[in-house]
Amino acid sequence: MAKQIAIRDAFGAALKKLGEVNERVVALEADVGNSSKSILFGQAFPDRYFNVGIAELNMTSMAAGLALSGMIPYVNTFATFLTSRALDPVISLIAYDHLDVKLCGTYSGLSDSFDGASHHSICDLSAVRSLPGMTVISVCDAVETEKAVFAAAELSGPVYLRLSRAPAPVIYPENMDFQVGKGIILREGSDIAILATGYMVHKALEAAKMLEKKGISARVADIHTISPIDRDLLIDCAKTCGKIITVEEHSISGGLGSAVCEVLSETCPVPVKRLGLTEYSESGDYEEILEKAGLSGACIAEKAEKLIKGN
Amino acid sequence: MPLTKERREALEELCLSLRKDLVTILHRIQTGHPGGSLSATEIITTLYQEKMYLPAPDDPDRDRFVLSKGHAVPMLYLNLAEKGFIPKEELLTLRQAGSRLQGHPCAHKTPGIDVSAGPLGLGLSAGLGMALAGRLQKRNHTVYVLLGDGELQEGGCWEAAMAAAKFNPGNLIAIVDHNGVQLDGTNDEIMPVGDLAAKFRSFGWETLSCDGHDVSAFSDAVDQAKQIHDKPAVIIAETVKGKGISFMEGKNTWHGKPISDVDYQAALNELGGDANG
Ligand SMILES: Cc1ncc(C[n+]2csc(CCOP(=O)(O)OP(=O)(O)O)c2C)c(N)n1
Ligand SMILES: [Mg+2]
Repeated sequence: MAKQIAIRDAFGAALKKLGEVNERVVALEADVGNSSKSILFGQAFPDRYFNVGIAELNMTSMAAGLALSGMIPYVNTFATFLTSRALDPVISLIAYDHLDVKLCGTYSGLSDSFDGASHHSICDLSAVRSLPGMTVISVCDAVETEKAVFAAAELSGPVYLRLSRAPAPVIYPENMDFQVGKGIILREGSDIAILATGYMVHKALEAAKMLEKKGISARVADIHTISPIDRDLLIDCAKTCGKIITVEEHSISGGLGSAVCEVLSETCPVPVKRLGLTEYSESGDYEEILEKAGLSGACIAEKAEKLIKGN
Repeated sequence: MPLTKERREALEELCLSLRKDLVTILHRIQTGHPGGSLSATEIITTLYQEKMYLPAPDDPDRDRFVLSKGHAVPMLYLNLAEKGFIPKEELLTLRQAGSRLQGHPCAHKTPGIDVSAGPLGLGLSAGLGMALAGRLQKRNHTVYVLLGDGELQEGGCWEAAMAAAKFNPGNLIAIVDHNGVQLDGTNDEIMPVGDLAAKFRSFGWETLSCDGHDVSAFSDAVDQAKQIHDKPAVIIAETVKGKGISFMEGKNTWHGKPISDVDYQAALNELGGDANG
């Protein structure tokens, strides 16, 4: 089995590493530094670390000010609070003025499972994806996390980085080619394409293995950049496979599935099944509530088979 | 009315046994928030078992309780079970898939939960809304809102404080669980909250303070607060995060840490119970 590293641990380590080579990088935190792991940056660079307490709105507007004066702020809190309490400055200052603020939403999806729906984040992608000029990245393993943390600093303008609490298998080699806006085909196939993002990439790979046993050849792609989305790859998937399933730890409205449908309906319409949340989830073991939401490998494989059979 | 000696002793005994139940449940499920539940034990228990008018969880004239610092909900569930609003056997389903007992208060799942919570900083506004509705409907219930001191760093709390002074419903009592600790550290390390009583006073509130672990003192403070009608009232309850278990006391690390077998045994030893009890 592949080595497991929690995305948040990889994130904290990467942010610290970035701080070592880029002095313009500062980090802001709202009292969840031990959870987001921004504390690793804070311990290394106490002068460039601002823990504002439980005040996400203040933190995010402060980040706008820092960016307006030449710094590159990485803003840390739970994805759900960043895209609810702190959404106003994201819309009104950061996206509007295309500021160099990197919004790091941790514990996304259902990954903070036991805390329950109030701490899950199932509409963050829809909130940020609709903002003009906002780059939206959602990572699936430790290597990709580090690449994304560094890539965000190089990009001009705002970035939303969707992170997770979940320990995830490391699937990429250290020298992977991570390009913002370019999806990655992880497995070739021709009967159906499973497009996944974040932790769901691993579930999609599981599903593809199950489908293979049934003689179904499934392509799996990691859509790590939700915005701007890789149009060429989507169109190629539609043309090559003819049927598409999207999988995300997010509401089926407004996230990856919606983005895929928007592109394909205008370019190459094919049947698309969107998998994700259709209602609020609940407290419970992570894998158990994912399964209940239809987001296990087996559930995805079942939906893929149905789609291929045309029902 | 001051607590009689009998009532005081009964409440103290109940708080001790609820603390034991709390650590037993949190140890069993290996998730949940011990620190803030223990600091609010006397506050929640005195309200639910002594002060609040609560004939039934859906009685329209009942007093309302908003657990704005929603992570302390295990102590609220224990009190709801004590009231008979939920079966005691259900307590161990806390935070498990399919349970009515969510990790944070959920008004549409759990009988006896008046307002959902989880994201900090929303409860005082919601409580104010409930208090204003009560006044319009000519009910004479009281709305209690329990806030964390770290939570008061959220600006929205102060919008609510300002609005409460303006609309003064006359039936709103805020309580601050003033334990001096939040998640990443102490209030002073993370974001000093300063003189909370002075802040509330300057927002037009009447302020009271008491030892938040002394059931008699807290009960007296509630009685006093209920006599104040020309302004909203806040009780700053001086507490200790993790109260009752020495190695948890005052430690931010015990905000939401799973309780190991060794720590569980040590906790029970201090509380005077045994692991099989
Ligand atoms: C808006 C929001 N930000 C952050 C959190 C994460 N969080 C949960 S509890 C907590 C610390 C709370 O400290 P305090 O209010 O002092 O509560 P207590 O000490 O009584 O447990 C934090 C940061 C949250 N639940 N909501
Ligand atoms: Mg506190």
